[in-house]
Amino acid sequence: MLRLPSFQLEEPKSLYAALVLLAEAKGEAMVIAGGTDLLPNLKHGLFAPKLLVSLARIEGFVGIEEEPDGALLVGPMTPLARVAESELVQAKAPALAQAASLVAGPQLRTQGTLGGNVMLDTRCQWYNQTHFWRQSLGYCLKKDGTACHVVQGGKKCVAAASNDTAPALMTLGATLRFERLNEKRELPIKSLWSPDGIWNKRCDKDELLTAIRIPAQDPGHRGAYGKLRTRESIDFPLLGLAARLTLDHEGRVQDAEISGVALAARPSPVRGVADVLRGTLPGTAEFDEAVEAAAQLAYKQLRPLDNVPGSAWYRREMVPVLARRTLQAAAKGEGPVHPL
Amino acid sequence: MRVLQLEINGDAREVAAHDHWTLLEVLRYSLGLVGSKQGCDKGDCGSCTVLFDGKPVLSCLTLAASAVGHQVTTIEGLAPKPTGTLQPVLDPVQVAFNDCGALQCGFCQPGMMLSARALLNTNAEPSREEIHQALSGNLCRCTGYTQIVQAVETAVARIAQGDGASASNDGAAGHSPPDGGVPA
Repeated sequence: MLRLPSFQLEEPKSLYAALVLLAEAKGEAMVIAGGTDLLPNLKHGLFAPKLLVSLARIEGFVGIEEEPDGALLVGPMTPLARVAESELVQAKAPALAQAASLVAGPQLRTQGTLGGNVMLDTRCQWYNQTHFWRQSLGYCLKKDGTACHVVQGGKKCVAAASNDTAPALMTLGATLRFERLNEKRELPIKSLWSPDGIWNKRCDKDELLTAIRIPAQDPGHRGAYGKLRTRESIDFPLLGLAARLTLDHEGRVQDAEISGVALAARPSPVRGVADVLRGTLPGTAEFDEAVEAAAQLAYKQLRPLDNVPGSAWYRREMVPVLARRTLQAAAKGEGPVHPL
Repeated sequence: MRVLQLEINGDAREVAAHDHWTLLEVLRYSLGLVGSKQGCDKGDCGSCTVLFDGKPVLSCLTLAASAVGHQVTTIEGLAPKPTGTLQPVLDPVQVAFNDCGALQCGFCQPGMMLSARALLNTNAEPSREEIHQALSGNLCRCTGYTQIVQAVETAVARIAQGDGASASNDGAAGHSPPDGGVPA
């Protein structure tokens, strides 16, 4: 039995009321969306907020809308199941629909939200444990301790960004809207991440994610998501890769991109993918060779650490496998890729 | 502590609860609805699954207060007792689980059956793959899942034939395999 620590819960019905609550709490409050990440963490004693501000009853926070320019505006409290099942998202942002469809199991996708997945706490096998377990170990850098158990002698926390939707949203060029009382800003999701596993986001903890905007994609857009996990459900990623191809009017690759997650503190794009794939025609040997070259680029650049279950060695060897399969799936309009 | 007006299995229930109590804790310890099991208590196992407006959620990761205004169905609500009787009318899913021997220790069974019911509510003819998907958030450490999937397929076939409750309440007969109820 894991009990939650005592806290006060507020369930504001408007965004303004939520922002006021967060401002008045002066850092003593935490935001709860679907609760599938926060509540286990609270049960493990990782946080002890005095106040939880629930977003569940805020009007207008759930929904997927198409804007006049073809962009998708997704409310932060939209359940992952709804994102995965949305025909609009499947058509316009396939990598996101696929990533959302592979987050955990059916119950957690009903509860978990897109905003919550973006704002997910980083994870580490030395951190996501009960207090008894962590105390026995002597704690760790991320919580209460001074030593890192992943990198011996490490002074920087390398807990892994584990949000499946993050690399998908990166390959889609999504922007995030953050608000606090009397303040509003837009941030490209690619600029959100910092390399600090303790707090891997370049936003303040009292800022509220209020919208996720996915710009209209080129007609030649192709996307897919690949996930490595222990079982075919429930688990956080041992490795996640999103791939994007943009094809020109002849069907040749004009632009391409891969981003990965469950590596270190931030989701990482792979550099140089577009250069090796540009000009190739999917379905030809030339394309297959370029995909192999792109997979090797991913292998060189993405280096999983021993922060989440599954050995770093195995996860790294799976990087090119997943990169190759996810790029091929994107080219064929298929996916998601989950090799187990 | 606050007083919550909940709707559990179609009944209005009033319960006093602390803000940090989960729906599972309120169900089990305040309302005595112990059919929802407390397994891992952190979202891994699915044994606490309940239906929230017809969709499966984990009650161990749901704050009790957040259930206000929503219809909650627990395993007790899957087999309601009609007014004036003590004998529950089993859901075809429950009958099929019984007939197929889709349990050993039984701990995962309430969650399994509610996940199966949620699937059948939206998909009357699920494929085996869709059944696997729908049950993927529920762990069983005994059976190896074979009979569980078989039970869901049996329930689907019987409902299609219009005799979903044909073997109902024959619990003592228990674990004999269904007679031709399993689709090929």
